[in-house]
Amino acid sequence: MIAALGLLAGIVLGLIFQPDVPPGLEPYLPIAVVAALDAVFGGLRAYLDGIFDDKVFVVSFFSNVVIAAAIVYMGDKLGVGGQLSTGVIVVLGIRIFSNVAAIRRHLFHA
Amino acid sequence: MPDQQGTTGRQRLRAAMSRPSRGQAVVGVLLAVVGFAAVTQVRSTEVDDTYAGYREQDLIDVINGLAGTTQRAQAEIARLEATRRDLQSSTDARQAALAQEKSRSDTLGILAGLVPVTGPGIRITIKEVDAPVDIDSMLDTIQELRAAGAESMQINGKVRIIAQSAFEQGPGGVGIVVDGTLLSAPYVIDVIGEPHTLTGGMTFLQGPKSQFEQDGQTVEITELSSLDIESVREPVQPQYAQPDPGQ
Repeated sequence: MIAALGLLAGIVLGLIFQPDVPPGLEPYLPIAVVAALDAVFGGLRAYLDGIFDDKVFVVSFFSNVVIAAAIVYMGDKLGVGGQLSTGVIVVLGIRIFSNVAAIRRHLFHA
Repeated sequence: MPDQQGTTGRQRLRAAMSRPSRGQAVVGVLLAVVGFAAVTQVRSTEVDDTYAGYREQDLIDVINGLAGTTQRAQAEIARLEATRRDLQSSTDARQAALAQEKSRSDTLGILAGLVPVTGPGIRITIKEVDAPVDIDSMLDTIQELRAAGAESMQINGKVRIIAQSAFEQGPGGVGIVVDGTLLSAPYVIDVIGEPHTLTGGMTFLQGPKSQFEQDGQTVEITELSSLDIESVREPVQPQYAQPDPGQ
Protein backbone atom coordinates (compact mmCIF):
# COMPACT_ATOMS: atom_id res chain seq x y z
CA MET A 1 0.00 0.00 0.00
CA ILE A 2 2.68 2.42 1.00
CA ALA A 3 4.73 1.31 -2.03
CA ALA A 4 1.89 2.12 -4.42
CA LEU A 5 1.36 5.47 -2.70
CA GLY A 6 5.10 6.19 -3.03
CA LEU A 7 4.97 5.54 -6.78
CA LEU A 8 1.97 7.84 -7.15
CA ALA A 9 3.66 10.52 -5.01
CA GLY A 10 6.79 10.37 -7.19
CA ILE A 11 4.80 10.77 -10.40
CA VAL A 12 2.81 13.66 -8.95
CA LEU A 13 5.96 15.40 -7.70
CA GLY A 14 7.56 15.01 -11.09
CA LEU A 15 4.51 16.50 -12.78
CA ILE A 16 4.35 19.38 -10.31
CA PHE A 17 8.00 20.40 -10.26
CA GLN A 18 8.80 19.55 -13.89
CA PRO A 19 12.54 19.54 -13.24
CA ASP A 20 15.02 20.02 -16.05
CA VAL A 21 17.52 17.25 -16.54
CA PRO A 22 21.11 18.48 -16.20
CA PRO A 23 22.75 18.15 -19.64
CA GLY A 24 25.56 16.03 -18.19
CA LEU A 25 23.09 13.44 -16.92
CA GLU A 26 20.86 13.44 -19.96
CA PRO A 27 22.27 10.27 -21.60
CA TYR A 28 22.15 8.34 -18.31
CA LEU A 29 18.69 9.11 -16.95
CA PRO A 30 16.76 6.83 -19.35
CA ILE A 31 19.14 3.96 -18.67
CA ALA A 32 18.84 4.52 -14.93
CA VAL A 33 15.05 4.55 -15.14
CA VAL A 34 15.00 1.29 -17.06
CA ALA A 35 17.45 -0.28 -14.57
CA ALA A 36 15.26 0.86 -11.66
CA LEU A 37 12.22 -0.60 -13.34
CA ASP A 38 14.09 -3.88 -13.65
CA ALA A 39 14.87 -3.79 -9.91
CA VAL A 40 11.23 -2.98 -9.09
CA PHE A 41 9.88 -5.87 -11.12
CA GLY A 42 12.54 -8.15 -9.65
CA GLY A 43 11.46 -7.07 -6.15
CA LEU A 44 7.81 -7.67 -6.92
CA ARG A 45 8.61 -11.12 -8.21
CA ALA A 46 10.65 -11.91 -5.09
CA TYR A 47 7.79 -10.70 -2.95
CA LEU A 48 5.35 -13.00 -4.72
CA ASP A 49 7.85 -15.86 -4.34
CA GLY A 50 7.95 -15.15 -0.62
CA ILE A 51 11.68 -14.42 -0.56
CA PHE A 52 11.49 -10.61 -0.55
CA ASP A 53 13.99 -8.80 1.66
CA ASP A 54 13.92 -5.01 1.73
CA LYS A 55 17.66 -4.77 2.28
CA VAL A 56 18.32 -6.87 -0.81
CA PHE A 57 15.81 -4.76 -2.74
CA VAL A 58 17.46 -1.46 -1.80
CA VAL A 59 20.92 -2.75 -2.60
CA SER A 60 19.85 -4.28 -5.93
CA PHE A 61 17.96 -1.11 -6.83
CA PHE A 62 20.95 1.15 -6.37
CA SER A 63 23.46 -1.27 -7.78
CA ASN A 64 21.32 -1.75 -10.89
CA VAL A 65 21.04 1.99 -11.46
CA VAL A 66 24.69 2.69 -10.74
CA ILE A 67 26.02 -0.17 -12.83
CA ALA A 68 23.78 0.66 -15.79
CA ALA A 69 24.81 4.30 -15.69
CA ALA A 70 28.46 3.32 -15.23
CA ILE A 71 28.39 1.01 -18.21
CA VAL A 72 26.96 3.74 -20.39
CA TYR A 73 29.41 6.29 -19.03
CA MET A 74 32.28 3.94 -19.78
CA GLY A 75 30.87 3.37 -23.24
CA ASP A 76 30.77 7.11 -23.80
CA LYS A 77 34.39 7.38 -22.79
CA LEU A 78 35.32 4.51 -25.11
CA GLY A 79 33.32 5.99 -27.98
CA VAL A 80 30.72 3.23 -28.07
CA GLY A 81 28.16 4.88 -25.75
CA GLY A 82 25.26 4.53 -28.17
CA GLN A 83 25.86 0.85 -28.79
CA LEU A 84 26.47 0.04 -25.12
CA SER A 85 23.34 1.84 -23.98
CA THR A 86 21.41 -0.14 -26.57
CA GLY A 87 22.95 -3.34 -25.21
CA VAL A 88 22.08 -2.42 -21.60
CA ILE A 89 18.50 -1.60 -22.60
CA VAL A 90 18.20 -4.95 -24.40
CA VAL A 91 19.51 -6.93 -21.41
CA LEU A 92 17.32 -5.05 -18.93
CA GLY A 93 14.35 -5.45 -21.23
CA ILE A 94 14.84 -9.21 -21.36
CA ARG A 95 15.05 -9.32 -17.54
CA ILE A 96 11.94 -7.20 -17.17
CA PHE A 97 10.07 -9.51 -19.50
CA SER A 98 11.10 -12.65 -17.63
CA ASN A 99 10.24 -11.06 -14.26
CA VAL A 100 6.87 -9.94 -15.54
CA ALA A 101 6.26 -13.46 -16.85
CA ALA A 102 6.92 -14.89 -13.35
CA ILE A 103 4.67 -12.26 -11.74
CA ARG A 104 1.96 -13.10 -14.24
CA ARG A 105 2.19 -16.78 -13.34
CA HIS A 106 1.81 -15.90 -9.65
CA LEU A 107 -1.10 -13.55 -10.04
CA PHE A 108 -3.10 -15.29 -12.77
CA HIS A 109 -1.71 -18.84 -12.50
CA ALA A 110 -1.15 -18.67 -16.23
CA MET B 1 1.62 -21.61 -6.51
CA PRO B 2 1.17 -22.41 -2.81
CA ASP B 3 4.31 -22.18 -0.69
CA GLN B 4 5.28 -23.76 2.68
CA GLN B 5 3.03 -21.49 4.72
CA GLY B 6 0.06 -22.43 2.51
CA THR B 7 -0.35 -18.89 1.15
CA THR B 8 -0.18 -17.84 -2.50
CA GLY B 9 1.58 -14.81 -3.91
CA ARG B 10 -1.78 -13.27 -4.53
CA GLN B 11 -2.79 -13.62 -0.90
CA ARG B 12 0.52 -12.14 0.26
CA LEU B 13 0.05 -9.17 -2.07
CA ARG B 14 -3.44 -8.60 -0.67
CA ALA B 15 -2.10 -8.82 2.85
CA ALA B 16 0.61 -6.30 2.08
CA MET B 17 -2.01 -3.89 0.80
CA SER B 18 -3.77 -3.98 4.17
CA ARG B 19 -0.79 -4.20 6.56
CA PRO B 20 1.91 -1.55 6.03
CA SER B 21 5.39 -2.28 7.35
CA ARG B 22 8.81 -0.66 7.55
CA GLY B 23 10.02 -2.49 4.46
CA GLN B 24 7.11 -1.10 2.51
CA ALA B 25 8.11 2.42 3.44
CA VAL B 26 11.58 1.89 1.98
CA VAL B 27 10.13 0.40 -1.17
CA GLY B 28 7.68 3.28 -1.37
CA VAL B 29 10.49 5.83 -1.24
CA LEU B 30 12.41 4.03 -3.98
CA LEU B 31 9.30 3.75 -6.13
CA ALA B 32 8.73 7.47 -5.65
CA VAL B 33 12.26 8.08 -6.92
CA VAL B 34 11.57 5.85 -9.95
CA GLY B 35 8.29 7.59 -10.70
CA PHE B 36 9.89 10.99 -10.37
CA ALA B 37 12.78 10.07 -12.63
CA ALA B 38 10.53 8.42 -15.18
CA VAL B 39 8.21 11.42 -15.40
CA THR B 40 11.20 13.75 -15.66
CA GLN B 41 12.68 11.67 -18.45
CA VAL B 42 9.36 11.45 -20.34
CA ARG B 43 8.95 15.19 -20.10
CA SER B 44 12.48 15.95 -21.23
CA THR B 45 12.07 13.52 -24.15
CA GLU B 46 8.87 15.24 -25.19
CA VAL B 47 10.22 18.77 -24.74
CA ASP B 48 13.74 18.29 -25.97
CA ASP B 49 13.87 18.35 -29.74
CA THR B 50 17.30 19.97 -29.94
CA TYR B 51 20.60 18.21 -30.21
CA ALA B 52 21.92 19.57 -26.90
CA GLY B 53 21.97 16.28 -24.99
CA TYR B 54 23.37 14.18 -27.84
CA ARG B 55 26.60 12.22 -27.58
CA GLU B 56 29.39 13.08 -29.94
CA GLN B 57 28.83 9.80 -31.78
CA ASP B 58 25.09 10.49 -32.07
CA LEU B 59 25.79 13.91 -33.54
CA ILE B 60 28.23 12.38 -36.02
CA ASP B 61 25.58 9.83 -36.99
CA VAL B 62 23.03 12.61 -37.47
CA ILE B 63 25.47 14.53 -39.66
CA ASN B 64 26.31 11.43 -41.65
CA GLY B 65 22.64 10.73 -42.16
CA LEU B 66 22.05 14.28 -43.33
CA ALA B 67 25.05 14.09 -45.65
CA GLY B 68 23.70 10.87 -47.14
CA THR B 69 20.30 12.45 -47.60
CA THR B 70 21.89 15.48 -49.24
CA GLN B 71 23.87 13.27 -51.57
CA ARG B 72 20.79 11.30 -52.54
CA ALA B 73 18.84 14.49 -53.10
CA GLN B 74 21.63 15.91 -55.27
CA ALA B 75 21.82 12.71 -57.29
CA GLU B 76 18.08 12.93 -57.76
CA ILE B 77 18.39 16.55 -58.87
CA ALA B 78 21.10 15.65 -61.37
CA ARG B 79 19.02 12.77 -62.72
CA LEU B 80 15.94 14.97 -63.11
CA GLU B 81 17.95 17.72 -64.79
CA ALA B 82 19.39 15.19 -67.23
CA THR B 83 15.85 14.02 -67.96
CA ARG B 84 14.76 17.61 -68.49
CA ARG B 85 17.69 18.22 -70.86
CA ASP B 86 16.81 15.09 -72.80
CA LEU B 87 13.19 16.12 -73.06
CA GLN B 88 14.10 19.64 -74.14
CA SER B 89 16.50 18.48 -76.80
CA SER B 90 14.01 15.96 -78.09
CA THR B 91 11.36 18.69 -78.16
CA ASP B 92 13.74 20.96 -80.05
CA ALA B 93 14.59 18.19 -82.48
CA ARG B 94 10.92 17.48 -82.98
CA GLN B 95 10.14 21.15 -83.58
CA ALA B 96 13.00 21.43 -86.05
CA ALA B 97 11.79 18.33 -87.85
CA LEU B 98 8.27 19.73 -87.81
CA ALA B 99 9.42 23.06 -89.28
CA GLN B 100 11.41 21.23 -91.92
CA GLU B 101 8.44 19.07 -92.83
CA LYS B 102 6.23 22.15 -92.93
CA SER B 103 8.50 23.93 -95.39
CA ARG B 104 8.81 20.73 -97.43
CA SER B 105 5.08 20.39 -97.52
CA ASP B 106 4.73 24.06 -98.55
CA THR B 107 7.24 23.57 -101.34
CA LEU B 108 5.59 20.40 -102.55
CA GLY B 109 2.16 22.00 -102.28
CA ILE B 110 3.27 24.88 -104.51
CA LEU B 111 4.97 22.54 -106.97
CA ALA B 112 1.94 20.28 -107.17
CA GLY B 113 -0.44 23.22 -107.36
CA LEU B 114 -2.33 22.19 -104.24
CA VAL B 115 -2.35 25.62 -102.58
CA PRO B 116 -3.15 29.13 -103.79
CA VAL B 117 0.01 31.21 -104.09
CA THR B 118 0.85 34.89 -104.25
CA GLY B 119 3.96 36.81 -105.20
CA PRO B 120 5.51 39.03 -107.86
CA GLY B 121 5.27 37.98 -111.47
CA ILE B 122 3.90 38.84 -114.89
CA ARG B 123 0.60 38.59 -116.69
CA ILE B 124 0.70 37.66 -120.37
CA THR B 125 -2.38 38.37 -122.42
CA ILE B 126 -2.53 36.74 -125.87
CA LYS B 127 -5.25 37.93 -128.21
CA GLU B 128 -6.08 36.18 -131.46
CA VAL B 129 -6.16 38.84 -134.16
CA ASP B 130 -5.59 37.04 -137.47
CA ALA B 131 -5.21 33.38 -136.62
CA PRO B 132 -5.88 31.01 -133.69
CA VAL B 133 -3.05 30.25 -131.31
CA ASP B 134 -0.87 27.36 -132.38
CA ILE B 135 -0.43 24.80 -129.63
CA ASP B 136 3.31 24.52 -130.29
CA SER B 137 3.72 28.23 -129.65
CA MET B 138 1.80 27.84 -126.41
CA LEU B 139 4.02 24.94 -125.34
CA ASP B 140 7.13 26.94 -126.23
CA THR B 141 5.84 29.78 -124.11
CA ILE B 142 5.31 27.53 -121.12
CA GLN B 143 8.77 25.99 -121.57
CA GLU B 144 10.45 29.39 -121.85
CA LEU B 145 8.67 30.63 -118.75
CA ARG B 146 9.82 27.54 -116.84
CA ALA B 147 13.35 28.08 -118.10
CA ALA B 148 13.11 31.67 -116.85
CA GLY B 149 12.31 30.43 -113.35
CA ALA B 150 8.52 30.47 -113.24
CA GLU B 151 7.40 29.00 -109.97
CA SER B 152 3.67 28.85 -110.48
CA MET B 153 1.45 29.37 -113.48
CA GLN B 154 -2.20 29.43 -114.35
CA ILE B 155 -4.06 30.04 -117.58
CA ASN B 156 -7.23 32.10 -117.78
CA GLY B 157 -7.58 31.94 -114.00
CA LYS B 158 -8.92 28.40 -114.36
CA VAL B 159 -6.17 25.88 -114.94
CA ARG B 160 -3.08 25.60 -112.82
CA ILE B 161 -0.04 24.49 -114.79
CA ILE B 162 1.84 21.71 -113.00
CA ALA B 163 4.39 19.08 -113.93
CA GLN B 164 1.76 16.71 -115.33
CA SER B 165 -0.08 19.36 -117.35
CA ALA B 166 -0.86 18.31 -120.92
CA PHE B 167 -1.86 20.53 -123.87
CA GLU B 168 -4.10 19.55 -126.78
CA GLN B 169 -5.54 21.42 -129.67
CA GLY B 170 -9.21 22.11 -129.10
CA PRO B 171 -11.89 20.37 -131.22
CA GLY B 172 -11.94 21.72 -134.76
CA GLY B 173 -8.74 23.65 -134.12
CA VAL B 174 -10.54 26.15 -131.89
CA GLY B 175 -9.17 26.80 -128.44
CA ILE B 176 -6.73 24.75 -126.37
CA VAL B 177 -7.54 21.90 -124.02
CA VAL B 178 -5.33 21.94 -120.95
CA ASP B 179 -5.76 18.95 -118.66
CA GLY B 180 -9.24 18.34 -119.93
CA THR B 181 -10.42 21.97 -119.66
CA LEU B 182 -11.25 23.79 -122.86
CA LEU B 183 -9.79 27.27 -122.90
CA SER B 184 -10.48 29.89 -125.52
CA ALA B 185 -8.92 33.18 -126.53
CA PRO B 186 -7.91 35.54 -125.16
CA TYR B 187 -5.43 33.56 -123.17
CA VAL B 188 -4.22 35.14 -119.93
CA ILE B 189 -1.20 33.44 -118.38
CA ASP B 190 -0.41 34.42 -114.80
CA VAL B 191 3.16 33.57 -113.84
CA ILE B 192 4.86 33.98 -110.50
CA GLY B 193 8.62 34.41 -110.58
CA GLU B 194 11.19 37.15 -111.01
CA PRO B 195 9.27 39.61 -113.28
CA HIS B 196 12.24 40.91 -115.34
CA THR B 197 13.62 37.46 -115.99
CA LEU B 198 10.19 36.19 -116.99
CA THR B 199 9.67 39.15 -119.31
CA GLY B 200 13.12 38.52 -120.77
CA GLY B 201 12.17 34.88 -121.33
CA MET B 202 9.21 36.02 -123.40
CA THR B 203 10.68 38.86 -125.41
CA PHE B 204 14.11 37.70 -126.55
CA LEU B 205 14.88 37.62 -130.28
CA GLN B 206 12.86 34.87 -131.98
CA GLY B 207 11.29 34.15 -128.61
CA PRO B 208 7.67 33.24 -127.87
CA LYS B 209 6.45 36.82 -128.16
CA SER B 210 7.77 37.27 -131.68
CA GLN B 211 6.56 33.76 -132.54
CA PHE B 212 3.00 34.70 -131.55
CA GLU B 213 3.22 37.97 -133.42
CA GLN B 214 4.46 36.22 -136.58
CA ASP B 215 1.52 33.80 -136.28
CA GLY B 216 -0.95 36.65 -136.05
CA GLN B 217 -1.64 37.25 -132.37
CA THR B 218 -0.89 40.18 -130.09
CA VAL B 219 0.97 39.66 -126.86
CA GLU B 220 0.79 42.03 -123.94
CA ILE B 221 3.09 41.54 -120.98
CA THR B 222 2.45 43.27 -117.63
CA GLU B 223 4.94 43.07 -114.76
CA LEU B 224 3.15 42.96 -111.42
CA SER B 225 4.63 43.37 -107.97
CA SER B 226 1.95 41.12 -106.53
CA LEU B 227 -0.07 38.48 -108.25
CA ASP B 228 -2.51 35.92 -106.90
CA ILE B 229 -2.88 32.46 -108.37
CA GLU B 230 -5.96 30.97 -106.89
CA SER B 231 -6.78 27.97 -109.02
CA VAL B 232 -5.66 24.74 -107.34
CA ARG B 233 -5.42 21.05 -108.11
CA GLU B 234 -6.75 18.11 -106.20
CA PRO B 235 -3.89 15.86 -105.09
CA VAL B 236 -3.70 12.71 -107.18
CA GLN B 237 -2.57 9.48 -105.58
CA PRO B 238 0.02 7.90 -107.89
CA GLN B 239 -1.20 4.54 -109.04
CA TYR B 240 2.05 2.98 -110.29
CA ALA B 241 4.94 5.03 -108.98
CA GLN B 242 5.98 4.18 -105.43
CA PRO B 243 8.65 5.86 -103.34
CA ASP B 244 11.70 3.60 -103.32
CA PRO B 245 12.92 3.38 -99.74
CA GLY B 246 16.15 1.69 -100.88
CA GLN B 247 17.40 4.91 -102.47
